[in-house]
Amino acid sequence: MSTILSNVTLANGKSADIEIEKGVVTQIGSLGKGIDCSGLIALPGFVDLHTHLRQPGFEASETVLSGSRSAAAGGYTAVLAMANTMPVADSAGVVEQVMQLGLEAGYCQVQPIGAVTKGLVGEELAALGSMANSRAQVRVFSDDGNCVHDPLLMQRALQYVKSFDGVIAQHAQEPKLTQGAQMNDGALATELGLKGWPAVAEEAIIARDALLAEQTGSRLHICHLTTAGAVDVVRWAKNRGIAITAEVTPHHLMLTEESVRGYNPIYKVNPPLRTKEDTLALREALLDGTIDVLGTDHAPHSAEKKDCEWEAAAFGMVALEHAASVLQDVIIGGGGDWELFAKVISSRAAKIARLQGQGALAVGEPANLTLIDPAAKRVIESKTQSKSENNPFAGMELPGKVIHTIYRGEFTVREGALRA
Amino acid sequence: MKHLISISDLTKAQAVKLLDDASELSSVNEREVKKLPALRGKTVVNLFFENSTRTRISFEVAAKRLSADVINFSAQTSSLSKGESLKDTAQTLEALGAHAIVVRHPYSGAAHALAHRGWISSSIINAGDGSHEHPTQALLDALTLRQAFGLNADLSGLNVLIVGDILHSRVARSNVLLLNLLGAKVTVAGPTTLMPNGIEKLGATISHNFDEALEQKPDAVMMLRVQKERMQGSFFPSEREYAKNWALSSERFRRLSSSTRILHPGPMNRGFEIASEAADSNQSLVLKQVANGVSVRMAVLYATLAGEEN
Repeated sequence: MSTILSNVTLANGKSADIEIEKGVVTQIGSLGKGIDCSGLIALPGFVDLHTHLRQPGFEASETVLSGSRSAAAGGYTAVLAMANTMPVADSAGVVEQVMQLGLEAGYCQVQPIGAVTKGLVGEELAALGSMANSRAQVRVFSDDGNCVHDPLLMQRALQYVKSFDGVIAQHAQEPKLTQGAQMNDGALATELGLKGWPAVAEEAIIARDALLAEQTGSRLHICHLTTAGAVDVVRWAKNRGIAITAEVTPHHLMLTEESVRGYNPIYKVNPPLRTKEDTLALREALLDGTIDVLGTDHAPHSAEKKDCEWEAAAFGMVALEHAASVLQDVIIGGGGDWELFAKVISSRAAKIARLQGQGALAVGEPANLTLIDPAAKRVIESKTQSKSENNPFAGMELPGKVIHTIYRGEFTVREGALRA
Repeated sequence: MKHLISISDLTKAQAVKLLDDASELSSVNEREVKKLPALRGKTVVNLFFENSTRTRISFEVAAKRLSADVINFSAQTSSLSKGESLKDTAQTLEALGAHAIVVRHPYSGAAHALAHRGWISSSIINAGDGSHEHPTQALLDALTLRQAFGLNADLSGLNVLIVGDILHSRVARSNVLLLNLLGAKVTVAGPTTLMPNGIEKLGATISHNFDEALEQKPDAVMMLRVQKERMQGSFFPSEREYAKNWALSSERFRRLSSSTRILHPGPMNRGFEIASEAADSNQSLVLKQVANGVSVRMAVLYATLAGEEN
């Protein structure tokens, strides 16, 4: 039995009907009646390179099940789960467990990211090869939350993952330049008495790692770029032919350090919110291709982690269910098109992560696709499918709404409602 | 005025009024019976997460002279000790009947959180939060300058030089803001490594040479305490080099005009950032600052607990 999505608008602007059968896209063309999708844009299912699902270890904030429900609600058909769990995803056993939890949840593909170093402490390499060869077939490695700051260890990690086409996703933060850092460095940090996180601490690591990637001929991905200077460094590295890719989060595209003024930890995130000029540079870089992908850095925290003094609060914010709306505002609102949108939120991420069957809406491919209503406007709510509500976008009106999410041919979201 | 968190919450008129009230209240300190009934029945809690005997005692004396009941509560920082959260501590104190909480906390923004996050409804007075602000210190410094220069409203026309570790100093931030609000001109001087990014945007001229700054003949020089723990942080090569460039030494003191006044928030590192000859001279206002601290804190407690808006 097949499903036909009638009268969708494809990313290239053409109208078509899409037939799905046995989990695969079987035809795209003029196929006749089915589910009316007039006015909806059909895109390859979204892929998030940067999600914190918190399981195992921090189930009060999120679980693989609640996080993948949130992902599906946000239009995602695949998420890459960061390694900073407890225990850390630094061995084949943990990554296989996370993958298994994802399969059991069944809302999207949950692809584990492996730690670069044991316990994320930056001293010795984690079991990179075992994780790559495990059932989870890990290809992305990251100590996210921590920077792989030791240059020798970073060089070795880049070299090591090359043999299985892996990529190191670097959280670019020079630790000594950011000891105790609380917010963007500058006049506002001085006024608020909060320790500054200077742009150079991000940019220096990106420059170093770009050169190491060049020397080793390995793939480097930069997590959550935040500064105009970091954009310049990545642009320079790409022009030089270095295999570097870069990511930006929804919050760094739209929010600025001015939000920190009231000391409300809902705005506390690492790397920190930067200046208006930085957000403009990030938007421009997304439009010109210097930045490859949107990564949500979805970072759920239970209420008590945020209902405290700024300096005692945890870093991070949830993002899965408004990411696409922020991106629509930035890309479509910024003069880009839906093809670029699809690359940024899906196909490039799938390619960086070497995910099979994700990132393409084409005949013969697994039916992972998302249909959004670009004309809709909605007010973001703090209560979402996530277990946590640390959402600085709550109350903001943003464009676009996910109407259907289809994962391996099955609706995880249908008519805007998440499958039970 | 319900709370006093930051100098930036004050209008110029409010700041001048606090100084006027403090002047008036200071007469109580000269009486034989140093007590007014203004805050009888009110409970003031000194909630101190950092040791600061001077500031705590100053607030305690101020509250008692206004006949308030005073509770002193020393606590450990929540996240460091894994103890009770700030929210729970504050709610407990309010449940015990606190009308005002005077808070000293190592985290910038802690006083702001108590005042504005909806945890409690008591008045909050910031007695120093991290490297953010210490507004009553700035007010007592302003009152001291006003008296020393025979001014009766604002501080228009005064040139004030603040010297030392500006980066970590909440006293410097509050003073830069208040001195600007009151019409004084402020220069901050110190090693480049102890100068916070963008301080000029708060209203200060930056100098990196103490002697050149002194040649501008400031009306007052405010020396800041150098915290011992900063000396190990490689902010400057050695104590000796710091003292050579940034201390108010006897030699620098003797070059000052006799009309230049000297302030220090205390406690002083005698012989390090300030020579005894300067600290004990008749140009020094250090003990006047301490005495004015009580008057200013009486004015602030009165304004927050018995002011018109309450």
